[in-house]
Parts: sequence; structure tokens; C-alpha cells
Amino acid sequence: MKLWRDEFSIEAAHERYVARRQFGKFLVLTSFGMFVGNLWILARSYFRRAETFPRTLVAHASDIPKGGVRLFRYPGDQDPCILFHTQSDRYVAYSQKCTHLSCAVIPATDGRRIECPCHHGFFSIEDGRVLQGPPPRPLPRIVLDQRGDELWATGVDLGTESSAPEELKS
Amino acid sequence: MSGPPPVSRGLTALDGAISLIAILLVVQMWLLTATLEAFLGGHHEVAVPAAILSGLLFAASFGLYRFILVIDRAGGGGRPGGQGTS
Ligand code: FES
Repeated sequence: MKLWRDEFSIEAAHERYVARRQFGKFLVLTSFGMFVGNLWILARSYFRRAETFPRTLVAHASDIPKGGVRLFRYPGDQDPCILFHTQSDRYVAYSQKCTHLSCAVIPATDGRRIECPCHHGFFSIEDGRVLQGPPPRPLPRIVLDQRGDELWATGVDLGTESSAPEELKS
Repeated sequence: MSGPPPVSRGLTALDGAISLIAILLVVQMWLLTATLEAFLGGHHEVAVPAAILSGLLFAASFGLYRFILVIDRAGGGGRPGGQGTS
């Protein structure tokens, strides 16, 4: 009996106490991690606000028939975008990355919607808002500027629900 | 009537503090995901208040952790006169 007590000299209650205190410490460290995450978002917001976009020629309007599309990359080489000449005779462009899990979006067969084939998300072709499916946000809209026959990309609008689309008539 | 022994009283206080920290942590997790969602959606104006709130929640958690250390020093952990192994 004495030997047993010598071998296991730490009381169960004390051991529980230490384990829980350690758990508390872990929770506080996790809390600190969350705080750092929020600070990271704050820093990213600050730098994104200062971001400027290049002015890039993306297509010639006369090359895209009504209902047609053109793929391009903007603002960088890793940012695929899609330009539509809609049935209502407007030119609109969006990022091609679905806001759900970044699959490439394509025009739906009805010509009025943009479809994400991965999980059947649908976006409005007119303003990029979500119509159906799992995407949580509208498609980022590429701001276009038409000069004669030339279509220039001048910026990216991340598509807050309230922002009205820029209309470009052909 | 001597009341519960110090270790069990320390455990009760510790459990209370840990429960509060856990609740604060859940709120903080929700705050982080909501802020990230807003950030990705282009709403950058929420970043500052969210960071301040997250900092306050962390400060509260840290305060509770300090309380745990105080219990420790008072011998709540069962070791006479101070912190046990950590
Ligand atoms: S990736 Fe587009 S709906 Fe899931």
C-alpha cells in the first residue's frame, strides 16, 4: 500500500485541476489566434482599399455577337474573367471564379443566367447576384469602359448587393 | 462544518472560468467568420469594429485566465502555497 502511494503520489483531484488549467490556457491561446485573425483582416482591408487596378483592353465589341462570351484575365494573369454580350444588348463582365468554391462559371443554356456546374449555383447575368444554389456572394464584377469599339477593364467591384451594374450599350 | 476541501473548491472556480472563456471563444469564432465573410463580400468598413470587439473578447478571456492563476496561487490547485506543475 505504501509503495503504491509512493509511485502515484499525485492526487486525482490535483491532476484534474492541472489538466483543466492547461485546457483553459489552450482556450485563451485560441482566443488570441482569433484576435490575430481579425487583425489580419483589418490589415488586408486597409491595403485593399489602397489597391489600384490597371486599365486593360479586353475585347472589341464588334467581335462578340449578341449572346456571345469572351474569356480574358484581369487584373492579373491568375484572375480568369468572362465577358458577356447579353440579350438585352449590354456588355457585362465578371470574375469567372464562383464565390462558393472557385469553380469556373459558364453561361447557362437559357442565356439569362450564369451557371456554376460544380454545385449548380446560378447568378444573374445582368448584375452577377446569386439566384440559386450555394454561392454566398455575388460574382465580382469587372468595371468596363467602352471607347468606340474597344472594351476596357478598369476595375473590380466585389459586388456588394446594393451596387448597381454599370451599363454599357453596344 | 468545514466546507469542501480547497482542491474541489478550486476545481469549481476553474470550471466556471473555463466555461466563461469557452462562451467568449464561441462568440469570437462567430465574429471572425462573419468578418471574413463581409471582407470577401467587399464590406471593408466592418473590419475596424470587429477587430476592436475581438480584442475586447480576448482581453476578457485573458482576464479570466489571470483569475485562474490567482486561484492557483491561493492554493486552489492543491499544492500548498502556489502554482502546481503546468
Ligand atoms: S463552386 Fe460554384 S456552386 Fe459550388
